[in-house]
Amino acid sequence: MSDLERLDRFLRTDPRDVGCDEAMAVLHIYVDITVEGGDAAERYPGVAAHLLACGPCAEDFAGLLAAVARD
Amino acid sequence: MECARTAERELDPESADWLRRLSAGDGPRREAEGELHARLLRIALAEVRRRSAGTPVTGPELDDLAHQAAADAMLAILAKLAGFRGESRFMTWAYRFVILEVSSKLGRHYWRNPPVALDAGQWELLPDRLGIDPQQHAESAAILAEVRRVIDEELTAHQRRVFTAIVVDQIPLDALADRLGLQRNAIYKVIFDARRKIRRALVANGYLDEQG
Repeated sequence: MSDLERLDRFLRTDPRDVGCDEAMAVLHIYVDITVEGGDAAERYPGVAAHLLACGPCAEDFAGLLAAVARD
Repeated sequence: MECARTAERELDPESADWLRRLSAGDGPRREAEGELHARLLRIALAEVRRRSAGTPVTGPELDDLAHQAAADAMLAILAKLAGFRGESRFMTWAYRFVILEVSSKLGRHYWRNPPVALDAGQWELLPDRLGIDPQQHAESAAILAEVRRVIDEELTAHQRRVFTAIVVDQIPLDALADRLGLQRNAIYKVIFDARRKIRRALVANGYLDEQG
């Protein structure tokens, strides 16, 4: 990937991105759909867009997935 | 709002059992609370270890943080029990509280031994942060100069401070939110708007395509 492509990827924003509050409000549902083999991104495209762009929320998603998997 | 589309569903037997026991009389309820707390603590301890590479918090302080996260998550779960609508398994819903508590507490504890001070402004690291090598091409140097101009001239003082802390100094977002007394979402929105402003300027100057 070139410098410019990397920069463009960082700067590009997705209008579907719902933000942290809305993504975290449904995180448990998103995780259960994922664990059950469903397509959470299809049901919640704005949450999927957010998780791709927000490191802390993506970390929470990974943490909750790991927690459920540990059960 | 996507969350408005969530539908309540019939509770699975395990979730129904947790709700019944946590709403029961003193003895059974206390037993269920003890079991739930033990599970929250186990998850909190595992989660702080999973995240340990990315935080300056270490050792016993990390374990203390996990205990605090489990205790605070427990209080929040019991206070919001009536709000559980069965949209997920009960335990997934409960674990979300403890995961979010761990995030928030790691942000707060970051300032006990921060590797970077707030407002350090390490601008010499901007090329690295953006993945641009100004020595490589004349265009890269021009792009970097334009990014810097937008940051200096087009961002508000608040946007500039947040962008500097998050992107340039790489202070964790939850740590900055704690320090500025803001919610994570408020910080994210500032960075989101700053990214759009910088990209718009680079598109206007012909460095990036509108669509890409």
